[in-house]
Amino acid sequence: MEERASTIAGGLAATGPVAAGAVKQKPVPVIPVRANPLKILGLVLGIITIAIVIATFVALVVYSLIAAVFPMGPLINASLVVILGVAACFAYFFGTNWLLDRVYPAQGDAAVANMAVTAQVRPWLFLGPAVVLLGLYLVYPVFNSLWLSFKDVNGREFVGTANYQWLFNDPEFRESFFNNILWLLIVPAGATLFGLLAAALTDRIAWGNFAKSLIFMPMAISFIGASVIWKFIYEYRGPDSEQIGLINAIVTFFGGDPQAWITVPFWNNIFLMIILIWIQTGFAMVILSAALRGISEETIEAAVIDGASPLQIFFKIKVPQIWGTIAVVWTTITILVLKVFDIVLAMTNGQWNTQVLANYMFDWMFRGGGDYGRASAIALVIMAMVIPIMIWNIREARKDMT
Amino acid sequence: MSALQLNDVYKSYGETEVIHGIDLEIDEGEFIVFVGPSGCGKSTLLRMIAGLESITAGELQIGGERVNEMPPSQRGIAMVFQSYALYPHMTVYDNMAFGMRIAKASPEEIDRRVRSASEILQLNEYLTRLPKALSGGQRQRVAIGRAICRDPKVFLFDEPLSNLDAALRVATRIEIAKLKESMPETTMIYVTHDQVEAMTLADRIVVLSAGYLEQVGAPIDLYERPANLFVAQFIGSPAMNIVSATLAKAGKISTVRLASGNEVKVPIATDKELEGTAVSLGFRPEDMTLITGKAKALIEGPLSLVESLGEVTNLYFDLEGTPDPLVAKTPGTGDFKRGEHVKFTADPDKMHLFGADGRTLLR
Repeated sequence: MEERASTIAGGLAATGPVAAGAVKQKPVPVIPVRANPLKILGLVLGIITIAIVIATFVALVVYSLIAAVFPMGPLINASLVVILGVAACFAYFFGTNWLLDRVYPAQGDAAVANMAVTAQVRPWLFLGPAVVLLGLYLVYPVFNSLWLSFKDVNGREFVGTANYQWLFNDPEFRESFFNNILWLLIVPAGATLFGLLAAALTDRIAWGNFAKSLIFMPMAISFIGASVIWKFIYEYRGPDSEQIGLINAIVTFFGGDPQAWITVPFWNNIFLMIILIWIQTGFAMVILSAALRGISEETIEAAVIDGASPLQIFFKIKVPQIWGTIAVVWTTITILVLKVFDIVLAMTNGQWNTQVLANYMFDWMFRGGGDYGRASAIALVIMAMVIPIMIWNIREARKDMT
Repeated sequence: MSALQLNDVYKSYGETEVIHGIDLEIDEGEFIVFVGPSGCGKSTLLRMIAGLESITAGELQIGGERVNEMPPSQRGIAMVFQSYALYPHMTVYDNMAFGMRIAKASPEEIDRRVRSASEILQLNEYLTRLPKALSGGQRQRVAIGRAICRDPKVFLFDEPLSNLDAALRVATRIEIAKLKESMPETTMIYVTHDQVEAMTLADRIVVLSAGYLEQVGAPIDLYERPANLFVAQFIGSPAMNIVSATLAKAGKISTVRLASGNEVKVPIATDKELEGTAVSLGFRPEDMTLITGKAKALIEGPLSLVESLGEVTNLYFDLEGTPDPLVAKTPGTGDFKRGEHVKFTADPDKMHLFGADGRTLLR
């Protein structure tokens, strides 16, 4: 962490003076329309740096002043930080914009040329912080993980492919991988199917919108929260005590024997998946319902005249027309499923053969001392599975938009 | 036996009645055009015939059989929609074959019918394409082809040309006329708000207004003998001029006095008891003559707008006491200025008289 922070700070410091110099040179009256890309880069970095430094500095000063005058409790302290943070963001966008308009004023002899330059620069100023933060928190960790996956427990010694060799021979990794594939096959299919059914059926009834909000509601619950709810559904008490779990209550009502459902090998995987399907059906339903409504009414009427039954209209006219959307919903849930972690952690923590990759990675990284190398190797396996689906998903979604 | 019959047909949406009792008999092989302004109920009526809208009251017969409760697919109809309504995920061939596949026709039969329809419509080279790879005119032909494949007794068109550009519209209109010639047995019902389509295609035109049937007749009949003010003004472009007047003298030949005091003798017989009552005098822009010099004019006023179309010039002028400007069609072009005072006569033989209730006073 420290190493990372210092390189970033160094980078910022290095670009500072160069960029500031570029800014000073600018106010010459006539500037060619196609400005030198290096100059523009310098200008962008300069303005970003100045704006970030000033905004951060002002925010810190204001914070220290207030903190010095009023002693604060943690709650007020936190609120103040949030408010100042948002204010600093506003100041950043406002300030960079203002600065750019000072350097290249949209008036005078060079107005047209200046506007051409500002049009090229402005997007980068506004995107700048996002690009920097994404780089810092997404791109850098990817490369760092890749690097660490070839190193030992502490991330010091280079060990070659030893971590990967261990991985492919590790029975628990195989179990996690197998379970992940199971999740991959069942959850997206289940959620999309139920979502499609819900979308099609709720469109046909008077209280459809009410039903839709009920089905959508689990989306608002965190995975951990949902797991707690479902724990009560699968809850098992010893054979002699009263069963408070919903399923065991039903089973005993019909005279069956109560079971500890989440310990039943293989089937407990399915029981965990049901939770995610329950959550994601709402998502699938909302997107697919919008797509179904987008279908031209006249094609359906044409099919009615052609003699198609409601079922044939659904499967032969409606579903093929929203196939692109179904694919996007499916893959979006697939990506989510590959990262599944919270539900398994809260329900079984990987016991009774329910381990999945994300939880297994978490185990190696944060439990029992931590193993940077092996945890990173597992993380990269997850990433390798997600990326192709993600690329396809983004392409498909773009195709849908145009 | 009539191909299609509407007996006192009504349509209501809840409390709102939109079709107010329509009687109509259509013969086999006739080309019927429903025409009327937007919201007159022509599309609703067509959709009721198709079975896409229920019939609130009255009876619809196709081929002598009551079909009110029959699903659309069994009524022996085919419909061409305004937006083509092609199935976007199917090729041209599959679009045309869909109905027959649903009906479980044999593949040979499907192939034969699709080929013959695509032959008629020159779609052979497009059979494997998706609709999105076709132009607007080609899509419309596929939609017609899909209808032909159903081999219907009654062909329904719902404003099929309104999504096409002007040149294509004319070309497709001619194609539809040819199609009708090649299918003399098939009855066609065609909805449009374009009176040129109505005049050129129809054997008989059905003029609708606000859910009422105004008049049914051959195109030239409607033009020459409109039954009421609405039809008189709806058929013909620019619309017929209507001037309020008084029936000065009734008889075999009626004398009509305009607000200006000018009188005209019209060869229309009127009842004695109507003498002195208010009537409307109608004459078409193309029956008017521009006069110059001292000759006595029937109507005159300042020019408010000149439309030079090349072969004709439309002259719009204001007449005192009439809210909308009147129009006269003069052949060729001319040197006209806005505000210029123009004088016209009109052919009394081609004038129309309408009573206070808007009905035509007959010759």
